[in-house]
Amino acid sequence: MIKTEELYLNVGPQHPSTHGVLRVIVKLDGERIVEAKPDIGYLHRNFEKICESRTYTQVIPFTDRLDYPSSMVNNLAYSMTVEKLAGITVPKRAEYIRVIVAELNRIASHLLSFGASGMDAGAFTIFLYCFREREFIVDLFEMLCGARLTYNYLRFGGVSQDLPEGFIEKTKEFCNYFKPKIDEYEDFLLNNYIYSQRAKNVGILKKENALSYGASGPVLRACGVKYDLRKDEPYSVYNEFDFDIPVGKNGDCWDRAKVRLEEMRQSVRIIEQALETIPDGEYLNSQVPRLLKPPVGDVYHHIESPRGELGFYIVSDGSSRPYRIKARSPAFSNLSIIPLISPGLLIADLIIIIGSLDPCFGEIDR
Amino acid sequence: MDIELPNNIILTKLEPFFRWALSHSIYMFPFGTACCGMELIAVNAARYDLMRFGVIPRSTPRQADLMTVAGTITEKMAPLVKRLYEQMATPKYVIAIGSCAISGGPYHYDTYSVVKGVDKIIQVDVYIPGCPPRPEAIIHGFMELQEKVRKGK
Repeated sequence: MIKTEELYLNVGPQHPSTHGVLRVIVKLDGERIVEAKPDIGYLHRNFEKICESRTYTQVIPFTDRLDYPSSMVNNLAYSMTVEKLAGITVPKRAEYIRVIVAELNRIASHLLSFGASGMDAGAFTIFLYCFREREFIVDLFEMLCGARLTYNYLRFGGVSQDLPEGFIEKTKEFCNYFKPKIDEYEDFLLNNYIYSQRAKNVGILKKENALSYGASGPVLRACGVKYDLRKDEPYSVYNEFDFDIPVGKNGDCWDRAKVRLEEMRQSVRIIEQALETIPDGEYLNSQVPRLLKPPVGDVYHHIESPRGELGFYIVSDGSSRPYRIKARSPAFSNLSIIPLISPGLLIADLIIIIGSLDPCFGEIDR
Repeated sequence: MDIELPNNIILTKLEPFFRWALSHSIYMFPFGTACCGMELIAVNAARYDLMRFGVIPRSTPRQADLMTVAGTITEKMAPLVKRLYEQMATPKYVIAIGSCAISGGPYHYDTYSVVKGVDKIIQVDVYIPGCPPRPEAIIHGFMELQEKVRKGK
């Protein structure tokens, strides 16, 4: 075998398939990767520092911009952490609305990730199809709160407004429309010979490595670990619904895409159950003061975002502004496995790996 | 000029003709960093289909006429934005999409790492406000740019 001189190559920070502003410093031997080092921080907007000079309510719009493909889930994680700190109860109807919007947003986020992972392998059609369905969900959210991407919908003790007229019917219509589409996607991308060849046995992550690197979400579940906070530590009203946790076998890129696809099926199941059993009543706890001053103390709460375990740690000094907010972002831990799994692969496989990890730089760099 | 011209011949100057041609075939370099990049993707995808305006995304600045800066620009990113802009061949245009690219947006105050507007680094032709702007607003911004290209800089 001919030994060539090793070459350093920068993938990014401006690269069409790094899903944002990731820079990977790759050491190459021919086309083989010898070493890959991700360099982050190109979108560091100091979210945590800004929060120290905002009131608790004013932080909610900033959580929208953390993990922008799934803003509702970020709202939910932050609101639930503050509610845990201040001991606020949430009406039953609001909990159901929160579950519905969180699951709709999970589908929207997975659609984006699924379509983009196809586009990274050269399959442009699936990307357009996924966006067609994503627009349907975005329309539902627009009906709900007027925004397409940054919703700012959740409040402490509930949601900002009740479900609009016709929302439940339209969401049911979406579920019926979307269920056959999932099978279509499976045929389009996962059973596609070219994509299977590109993604199967690429970027294999072992179970024990995934656990020691703190990976979570579809990346962890693709390795065969059945860990989902919706089942393991049920928050909100998730224990009232019947759904499965899909797991993969090999932990390769194909399995990650497969887990995301199955999660979309399960999310539709949850939404359908929630729409059937949604109770009447208040949508917002009216006892919550306008200027919230939680008691002195600290709290950590984590929920299952589309990317994994999303947690917020808040320290309160008794004033109306948080003393410290720390976000535990799942995509950051998931991204840290790139140096582990990419050596020995081809440079084109690195693109598939980045796509399958589904990084979102709003929350990685914060 | 008293020559009788057939109907299928139009007389014009060369430069307006080039500008007219360019306005209907803008090669775009989509530089999306954050949330607005998502809307820029949505504009290019199924429902809104920006390509019907002749805007074709190119992944490298060297083939592009237009750079769309969508999202927050940080101090770490700023030198790279300038370098990418300088790699483009003239005539070149820049669209700033979203509040962050216009002025820093929600990250304007109490921040140490965000550039307060991409126009601090490079010249901007069209600003599209919003956080993030709707796809319709982005399309309107592109149409304004087409108008600007036709009129000349």
